[in-house]
Amino acid sequence: MPPDLTGLVVAARAGDRLAFDELVEATYADMYTLAYRLTGDEEDARDVLQDAYLRAYRGLPRFRGDAQFTTWMYRITANCAATHVGKRARAQHDQLDDETAIADVQPSHDPELRAAAAFDRECVASAVQQLPPRLRAVIVLRDIYDLPHDAIAAELGISEAAAKVRLHRARRRLRERLFPLRADQADNEDSDAHAV
Amino acid sequence: MPSDPGDRHRWVVRRVTCDAVGELLPGIVDGGEQADRRIQRHIETCLRCQAELAQYRKLLRVLHHLRTDVLEPAPGVLAGILANLEEAGEQGAMRSLLSGRRAAYLGGVAVATAAAGAAGAIVLVSRGRRRMKLAG
Repeated sequence: MPPDLTGLVVAARAGDRLAFDELVEATYADMYTLAYRLTGDEEDARDVLQDAYLRAYRGLPRFRGDAQFTTWMYRITANCAATHVGKRARAQHDQLDDETAIADVQPSHDPELRAAAAFDRECVASAVQQLPPRLRAVIVLRDIYDLPHDAIAAELGISEAAAKVRLHRARRRLRERLFPLRADQADNEDSDAHAV
Repeated sequence: MPSDPGDRHRWVVRRVTCDAVGELLPGIVDGGEQADRRIQRHIETCLRCQAELAQYRKLLRVLHHLRTDVLEPAPGVLAGILANLEEAGEQGAMRSLLSGRRAAYLGGVAVATAAAGAAGAIVLVSRGRRRMKLAG
C-alpha cells in the first residue's frame, strides 16, 4: 500500500526531515523514470533526480498543496531535466534541431514485422527515446505524464504555442515511424483524389 | 503550408486534402484542436484519413499506458539523493548557525556602542551641572 503522501507532505513542511526522506523513497522510482525518459541516459537521470529533490526540499515551504505532490515533482524534474539537457547539448555542441534524423534502432527492416511490433510498449518507448530532445520532452510530459500545456511551456521555458507545435511534430514523427507501411502506401496515393 | 495556426486553418479549409488534414490530425486526435465541419466531412468520407486518425489514437493510448511502466533505478540512486539532502541540510544548519552568531555579535556591538554613548551623555550632563553650580 502506498504511503499517505499528503500526511508526509504536511509533516515535511513542518520541518520533519524524515518525512521528506519518506516522500523521496515513495516517489523516486517514478521520478527516475521520467528523468530517464527526458534525458535518455542513466547518469543524467541520476543527476537530474539529485537536483530535483534538493530543489523540492528547499521549495517545500512554497508548495501550496493545491496540486498533488507527484505532479509538483514532475514539474520540478522536467525543469531540471531541461536545464541538464540544455547544458549537455551546449557542452557537446549538439544541434537541438527538430529536424534531426531519427536513427533506426529496429533490428529488422521488414515492413510487415515492423508493423506487427508497432504497438509493443517497448517499441513505442524506444521510438520516443529516438526523438530529438525538444520533441521528446513535450510528448513525454503531455502524452505520458498528462501535464497541461501551460505547465509544460513554463517548465521548458517556451511559449504554449511552441509547446503545442512541438507536440504535434512529435506525434507525427512517432506515427510515421511506427506505421511505416501505411505511411508508404499513403504516399503512393493521390491525396487530391480525396479533396472535398 | 503557413506556419501561423490561424493562416494554416484557413489554408486547410480552402483546400481540404488528405495531406492538409494530416497536418491537423495530431492536434485533433485528443480534442486539443477543433476540427472544422469541412475537415470533419473529409475525415468521414476518407478511409486514408480515418486510418491515420486511428493510428494516432492507438499511439496516444500506448503512450498513456507507459505512465505505469516504472523503471527500477540502479542501486545507490536513493542513497545518493538522501545523502545529498543530508549534506544540504547540514550546510543550511551551519549557515543559520553562523548567521545567528553574526547577529549576536552585531547585537553585542550595538549594545556596547549604545551603552558607551549613554555613559558619555551622563558624564557630559553631570559636568554641565557642576559648571552651572560653580557659576551660580
